[in-house]
Amino acid sequence: MRNWRSVESGPMQFSSYDTQGFYDEMFDEGGLPRPHARLLLETVESLSEGHLLRYKHAAERLLLQMGITFNVYGDSAGTERIFPFDLIPRIVPAAEWDHIERGLKQRVHALNAFIDDIYHDQKVLRDGIIPSEVILSAVSYRKQCHGLNPPWRVWCHVTGTDLVRDRDGRYYVLEDNLRVPSGVSYVLENREVLKTIFPAVFEGLSVRPVNEYPSRLLEMLESIAPGAAAGGPRVVLLTPGIYNSAYFEHSFLAQQMGVPLVEGRDLVVDGGAVFMRTTKGPQRVDVIYRRIDDDFLDPEAFRPDSLLGVSGLMAAYKAERVALANAPGNGVADDKVIYAYVPEMIRYYEGADPILPNVPTYLCWRDSDRSYVLEHLDELVVKSANESGGFGMLVGPHSTRRQQEEFAEKIQAQPRNYIAQPTLALSRVPTIVDDHFEGRHVDLRPYVLCGKEIYVVPGGLTRVAMTKGSLVVNSSQGGGSKDTWVLAPAPQEGQQQQ
Amino acid sequence: MTLKPKPLLSRVAEAVYWMGRYIERAENVARFIGVNQNLMLDLPGGSGDQWQPIIDTTGDRAAFLARYGEAAQENVVRFLAFDPENPNSIYSCVLAARENARSVRDTISSEMWEQINTVYLLITGQSRKPLPQVLPEFCHQVRMACHLFQGITHGTMTHNEAWHFIRLGTTLERADKTTRILDVKYFILLPSVSDVGTPYDDIQWAAVLKSVSAFEMYRKRFGRIAPERIVEFLLLDPEFPRAVRYCAGLADQSVHAITGARPGGFSCVSEQRIGMLRSELDYAEVEAILKTGLHEFCDAMQVKMNTIDECVLGDFFAQRHSSGAAI
Repeated sequence: MRNWRSVESGPMQFSSYDTQGFYDEMFDEGGLPRPHARLLLETVESLSEGHLLRYKHAAERLLLQMGITFNVYGDSAGTERIFPFDLIPRIVPAAEWDHIERGLKQRVHALNAFIDDIYHDQKVLRDGIIPSEVILSAVSYRKQCHGLNPPWRVWCHVTGTDLVRDRDGRYYVLEDNLRVPSGVSYVLENREVLKTIFPAVFEGLSVRPVNEYPSRLLEMLESIAPGAAAGGPRVVLLTPGIYNSAYFEHSFLAQQMGVPLVEGRDLVVDGGAVFMRTTKGPQRVDVIYRRIDDDFLDPEAFRPDSLLGVSGLMAAYKAERVALANAPGNGVADDKVIYAYVPEMIRYYEGADPILPNVPTYLCWRDSDRSYVLEHLDELVVKSANESGGFGMLVGPHSTRRQQEEFAEKIQAQPRNYIAQPTLALSRVPTIVDDHFEGRHVDLRPYVLCGKEIYVVPGGLTRVAMTKGSLVVNSSQGGGSKDTWVLAPAPQEGQQQQ
Repeated sequence: MTLKPKPLLSRVAEAVYWMGRYIERAENVARFIGVNQNLMLDLPGGSGDQWQPIIDTTGDRAAFLARYGEAAQENVVRFLAFDPENPNSIYSCVLAARENARSVRDTISSEMWEQINTVYLLITGQSRKPLPQVLPEFCHQVRMACHLFQGITHGTMTHNEAWHFIRLGTTLERADKTTRILDVKYFILLPSVSDVGTPYDDIQWAAVLKSVSAFEMYRKRFGRIAPERIVEFLLLDPEFPRAVRYCAGLADQSVHAITGARPGGFSCVSEQRIGMLRSELDYAEVEAILKTGLHEFCDAMQVKMNTIDECVLGDFFAQRHSSGAAI
């Protein structure tokens, strides 16, 4: 392999890019560009010297100027950072997307059926598909939600499913993220930034637009309003406030939908209905797109010490005076132990095999699984059943002996709380590193809206583990992102099967 | 089809009101510093320290003395421009404006947010450096950045209720600062009767006018530099945008736009107080003001504006304060 030239000595090329045996989204096993990536790679290589890095800096400046930052918890010095953005997009060809879209629709449909069943007849438990104790021991199982009937029996209005590809290039579902998934604003903003900074890269390709999302979201939210209010239902977006790590997204979505962004202190429950405090007195609220966890939603129903929520909100919700999205209690299906049963749920509720498989999962509460996990801690990824954001996990091959011992103790103390999965060789995408390209591991989070019908945004958030060799893509752990292009089917490709 | 105007959250109204006030305050402080430095260069060496009055203008004399003591240029500039512990420093104002803007990002336009963020990056970038040698340039940048924000606000945001709260905050702040600079400077300049008619007298008065960006506009209106006319221009001019009367007029329009009440009457105490202030200025005469005493007049103006601020809080923002404890 020849040495990389510095920026001064020539334009950046892919000629010595090395896939190192991983599944690469742009290059095949032989190191040749995949057909859908060819045009993009040519455009990038045709840039004159130094251009790409100039674009990169321009994009960073733009993000900073636009204030597209997130807050890092536990870091008081520089609490605001930009989410690192890599200019080289990730491309999903039309046929691949069709497969993903069908798989997600099937999965979200089954998950809704499951949650509704759990809070009603629990047939799935009685039929022995899932052991009752797994459900009843889930922290996110909410007794308060029994017997509730959200419109169309939909509990997961907005879902941000994490998909990954292993060495074989197959897509797997890693997590469902049903509670308050975030990141969709980056899908929209990344596209805007790339279009502003590097418009040439879109030429000759038909990349499906993503900017329909806010209108679709608003339509879905309006559709779940209880009763028809004169002049249309009033939707608000409930945020924990400016110190929340996803505050940018909350304000962005409220702005894009043209709905008020409210905090708990702006709302009050009076006479069983929800009102917001305005300069002209209280005004009725019909639908709340809440970006606050169940725990903090209502101090009367859940955590009494919550200052973020609204007293009496759950009572108003139960009385169907206000709609909440996502529905409280839906986190029961987000528990990582229950996740392991989603393929069974799909077979049970949909009568079909899952289109998108799960990552094989060991459940530490099963004795046999636990002994296997404890013996193979250096190979597996261990996750806590209820944490997210890359916290509370052990990546075996990248861990120290000491960390493995700590996890062994935790697993033995609380086996219900831990699952383990094989360490996947996540697929990679060429990423700008200093003045050349290197492969970095990625995942893909598409966003699914579910009201009367299910809609999947043609795009998604591609998160990148920016650190060499790292498999952790979470923004809180130094991850970055890329624009994600879903290609429109070419006219002759329309009938093509996956 | 007629749609009812969208209701405005009290919290949001308060945040945009303060965002407007803080940007205006930052701009004023930057202008005071810049003009004063310029003036220092024109005055003969050893003609006395002219930095203390600037501190007096902002009303933070006690806080300054406690922390810095001597009103040397470097101390004053650090205190007024970059001191994070001085709530009225440019730095603190810009941070507060941005925090407010951040909490209402969905209400203001993206362009406004980007500009306020640009001002923030300008000031935080500068505050980490040693006291700038290029102070005039810095002050100029801050002023222009704040003006740009106000222009963007005018040009990109619907002139709805929230916009009127921004304008209310901006005009009340501006009127307050104009009365303060006039009060302080007039007090200092008048005693030096021996200077009357000397070039220095003119330079000093010109500096007062420049402190409120009024020099050129004053020249067009009155020509010669005459203290009485300057007072008239800054307090009572019906067309100059920094004159107290003009600001009171805009505040009056905005508060009526907010409540929807008919002009010339009132539906809440804020409207009543702002209307009284406006009509007092509409029918005032500079001779009478000077006869009673300019300082007394300016002082009374500031008291009235403080009262208005409290009334606005009570009428529009406070419902969440009063019942907020219950949630």
